[in-house]
Parts: sequence; structure tokens; C-alpha cells
Amino acid sequence: MAIASSSRSKPGPLSKLRKNRAVQRFLESTSGLIGLGLTLFIVLAALLAPVLNPYDAASARDYAARLQGPSLAHWFGADGLGRDILTLVWYGLRTSLLIGLVSVLIGLLIGVGLGLAAGYFRGWIETVIGWITDVMLAFPSVLLAIAVVTVTGPSVISVMVAVGIVQIPKFIRLTRSMVLSLREQEFVQTVRAFGAKPPRIVFLHILPASLAPLVVQATLAIGTATLEAAGLGFLGLGAQPPTPELGTMLSDAFKGGYSLSAPWTIVFPGLFITLTVLAFNLLGDGLRDALDPKGSQ
Amino acid sequence: MGRYILRRLIQLVPVLLGISLLVFAFLHLIPGDPAVTLLGDRATPEAVEQLRERMGLNQPLPLQYLSFLGSLLSFDLGTSIFTGVPILDEIKLRWPATFELSVVAMLIALLLGIPAGVIAAVKKNSLVDNLTMSGSLLGVSMPVYWLGLLLVYLFAVNLQWLPPSGRIGIDAGYSFQPITGFFIFDALIQGDFAALGNILSHLVLPAVTLSTIPLAIIARITRSAMLEVLSQDYIRTARSKGLKELMVIGKHALKNAMLPVVTIVGLEFGTLLGGAILTETIFSWPGIGSWIYGGILQRDYPVVQGGVVFVAFMFVLVNLLVDLSYAFLDPRIQYK
Repeated sequence: MAIASSSRSKPGPLSKLRKNRAVQRFLESTSGLIGLGLTLFIVLAALLAPVLNPYDAASARDYAARLQGPSLAHWFGADGLGRDILTLVWYGLRTSLLIGLVSVLIGLLIGVGLGLAAGYFRGWIETVIGWITDVMLAFPSVLLAIAVVTVTGPSVISVMVAVGIVQIPKFIRLTRSMVLSLREQEFVQTVRAFGAKPPRIVFLHILPASLAPLVVQATLAIGTATLEAAGLGFLGLGAQPPTPELGTMLSDAFKGGYSLSAPWTIVFPGLFITLTVLAFNLLGDGLRDALDPKGSQ
Repeated sequence: MGRYILRRLIQLVPVLLGISLLVFAFLHLIPGDPAVTLLGDRATPEAVEQLRERMGLNQPLPLQYLSFLGSLLSFDLGTSIFTGVPILDEIKLRWPATFELSVVAMLIALLLGIPAGVIAAVKKNSLVDNLTMSGSLLGVSMPVYWLGLLLVYLFAVNLQWLPPSGRIGIDAGYSFQPITGFFIFDALIQGDFAALGNILSHLVLPAVTLSTIPLAIIARITRSAMLEVLSQDYIRTARSKGLKELMVIGKHALKNAMLPVVTIVGLEFGTLLGGAILTETIFSWPGIGSWIYGGILQRDYPVVQGGVVFVAFMFVLVNLLVDLSYAFLDPRIQYK
């Protein structure tokens, strides 16, 4: 145990080199760099939404500009209620990004916890968790999320929970497979021989060693989660007015019957959903190249 | 092989039980009394009590689950609150529309995705490869319903080349007699080519929209599977024998690269059957997806419940078929 903890607190020259190599590999990955740039742009835009906007997303309505196309006053045009679409997009980005992040966090925490338990303890615990995973994966993800929101009622929190639940089985499977391969490795066997208790082995030794693939999977999952959340928003199950959300904006335009006569009401929200998902997909690819070179081959 | 199929079928039992348990729990977790939800706020207490009795809601939960399971096993999925039509009849009516759309979307994805993946692998790191991979990344990053709306705007509203929604036009639909519900098949066996053209034109936009994600994924998987196969010794042997490159790629490499592609096709097809909710809604496609969506909007819980059970069961069935197809595709896999 002493050996293991000392190697943890003072990273040896080898691990430093590896870290540098990971950074180097990331810097060499075109997709990673584009992804990082796009992600920074999206996150900044979402954070600065109140600064960037001349209008209030919830209340500012310019009825004269109703359904007008892009102009100097309204760069992305105005929607059916005369709201500035640029403002709605910035604020909507905030909601969508928040949903993406929180839902992945939910999926990650529960999924990794169950995955660790299943992989480490085996036996009936593994059987039960495996059964739960199989059942959850038997539902197409959109449908599972819809079922959850139908129970909890449409709201931003419900979407976070629904999309988070949909993410759980992926993290269970990944973590379980990591634990299964790690638990037989020498460093884990050594710690166990020193008498370390299961929680210590799992959280201090196995979990840190499985971090790289989990970080990659989580980054990619933010993209998927954002897409699924926008889908729920489009079905009217997401953020409720006046909270702006990108999927809900598409839904308003579609249900309001002006999506085709005023295409800017759908082009920009959809574009920013795509950019957000693309950003995290590219970033995830870059991180995989950097942290988990075997997985990217 | 027979024993393997039997074992896989037995393994399905706990999963199917889990699905039924989850769906049962789902209906009971909805806040409030289901009877009040079904009847509305203005229902008299007597009416609510009567419905509770009729729905078996006064029985203990385990007993309610058993009777739910019993009705599932006898294919009794209840009736729609709003139309009063039995859920199973509605599924029978709508299922062909979803199936037809999914099959055509998957055909588009296969016909474009496999060649794109093969070319990208053979010309690795070329412009074609980069374009294919960027396109495939864009494909999985786009909300499909957004793409659908843009396609409708471009091809139906602006250019007016294709119809924006529905399965068949009013004029063609007037004389057309569906037999099986699979419109392409029905038009073909009746030799009604005018209707066939009309049906196909209605299929283009939804099928292209729905094919985006599987197309992107198939192209990616084909590329990576081909890259792995192309680096193997037997390919070098085939080349050194003097075989033409087209033969090496088309016959020797492609065949062995297809196994992961089959897995993905199966998974994606399962998703298409159930995940078409958004696409079907955009195009007013009268399938299972738009029906479930209607059920959600109207709070028609038996419809949502029945639809979800049906889609989940189909999903499991398709995955089973994929597993079984391995035996035929790869004789190296042993089934004990």
C-alpha cells in the first residue's frame, strides 16, 4: 500500500513523460484541436449570453419584427412572438449545454458506481446489474427518455434526469469491462495482498486507472446527450416557456406552422445544436487519440 | 445451432420480463391516480371508483403486475382512451408504414455507406477519405428532424420536386387499395405503377432523413473494419498472387470486414423501428412513432405503454436475429 500511495503522490519521470506525450498527441490531432476551439466558443457564448445580448430572452418582444428575416436589428431574424432569435439561441445554448453536462454527470456517477460494483464484486451483484443494463438497452434511447419524462412531467430537470438515465448503461458496460481487466493486473493484486479493503482498491487504484476511457466516453456522451435533450425539447417534453432551449425553439417554429415560411426560425437553432454536438464529438475524438491511443485504432 | 438458438431464446426471458416490469412501473409511477388521469379532473368519485375496479387498481401491486403480464402474453395491450380502438389493431395498421420506411432508409444507408467506407479505407488519408469521415461526423451530430425540416423547405416548398408529408397523395390514394399495408408491395402486386411512383416520391424525403445516422455509422464502421482487414497477411498473399486490386478488395477483404457492419446494421435497424418518432412526426408519416407521439400529446397512456412495449420487443427481436446471423456469416464462431 505504501508503495502504491507513494507512487500516486509523486508522479515519476515516466508518468510525466506520458502526460506530456498525451498533450503532444492531442496537439497533433486536428479533430481534437478543432473540437477544443469549437467547445471553447460554445461554452463562452453560453456563459456570456447576458453580456452578448441587447434583448431579454424571456420578455423582450418586438411585435413589428414578428417573423422578419435577418436584419441589422435582429441578426438571426425574429420568431413568431417577435423575439430576437440570436438572443434566444445564446440563452438556449445555455440551457442545452447545462442539460448535456448535468445529464452526463448523472449517467457517469450512477453508471460508474454500478459498473465498479459489478466488475469488482462479481457474483449475484454482477448478474443483477447486468440484467438492469440489458433491460435498459432494450429500449431505443429516445423512447426510454420519453417514458421517463412522461412520468416526471416536462421540465428542464426532467430532461436532465431522463437523458442521464439513458446514459447509465453505457457507463456501466465500459466501467465493468475496465474493472474486469484491471482487477487481475499485478498492481491491483499487490495492493490486495497488502490487505487493502475493497473500497480502497476500487476507488484509489482501479478507478484512477480507468479514467482515460471514461473521460473520452463522457466527452462524447455530452454530444449525444445534447442531441437527445434537443429531441425531447422538439417533442415538447423539455424546457417550458419562457425558458429558451434550442430543441424547444425548433418545436415552436414547427408547431407554430412558420418553420417553412420563415426558415431562419429553424436554421439557427438547429445549426447551434449541430455545432455543440460536433464540438464535443471532435473533442472526444481528440481526447481518445491523446489518452487512449489503443481505443482510437 | 439448434441448441444455441434455444439458449438465446431462454436468455431473452429475463430481459422481456424486465421490460414488462419497467413498463408496468412506468404506468404506476405517473403521479396521481391513473383512473383520475384517464377520466379527467371533472369525473365523479363514483366513475373513478368504477374505473379503478375495472382496471384492477384496487388489487395489490404484485397481483396487478401478474394480470398485466397475463394480458401481455395473450397480446391484449388494452384500448386507446381517445379512439377506443384496441392497441393491437392500431399497431397492425401502423406497423407496415414504419417497417417500410425503416427498410428503405436502411437500404439507402447500406448502398451509400458501405462503398463510402470501402473507398475511404482504400484511399486512406486522401481527400475522399477526409470528406467521407467529416460527412459522417456531421451526420451523427445533426438533429435528424432539423435536417428533415431543411429538406422539406428545399425540396418540397422551394423546388416543389417532392411532396412534404404523408405516404400517398390524395389523387393516387383515392384509387389505391392497400392489401398488406406495405404500400410499395401492394402497388407492385396490383401493377398500379402510377400509385407506385406516387408512393416512392412520398418516401424519398423521410427515408433520406432517417438514413442519415445509420449511413454515417455504417461508413465509419466499414472504413475501420476494412483498414483492419487490409493490413492482414492473407490480403498481401492475395495481392502477391497477382490478383486484381478490385478482386482483392471486393472479394477477399470486404467479405471479412462485413461482420462488424452486420452488428451495426442490426442495432441501427432496431433503433430505426423505434426511434423514428421524430422523423415520422416531421413528415406526418402514419407509423408507430408518430402514433406514440400523438399518445404523449393526448396523455393517452395505453397508447404510449403499448407502443413502448411493442418497440422494445421488436428491438430485442432484431438483436436476437443479428446474433443468430453470425453463425451463418462467420463459421469460425462456435456455438456450444
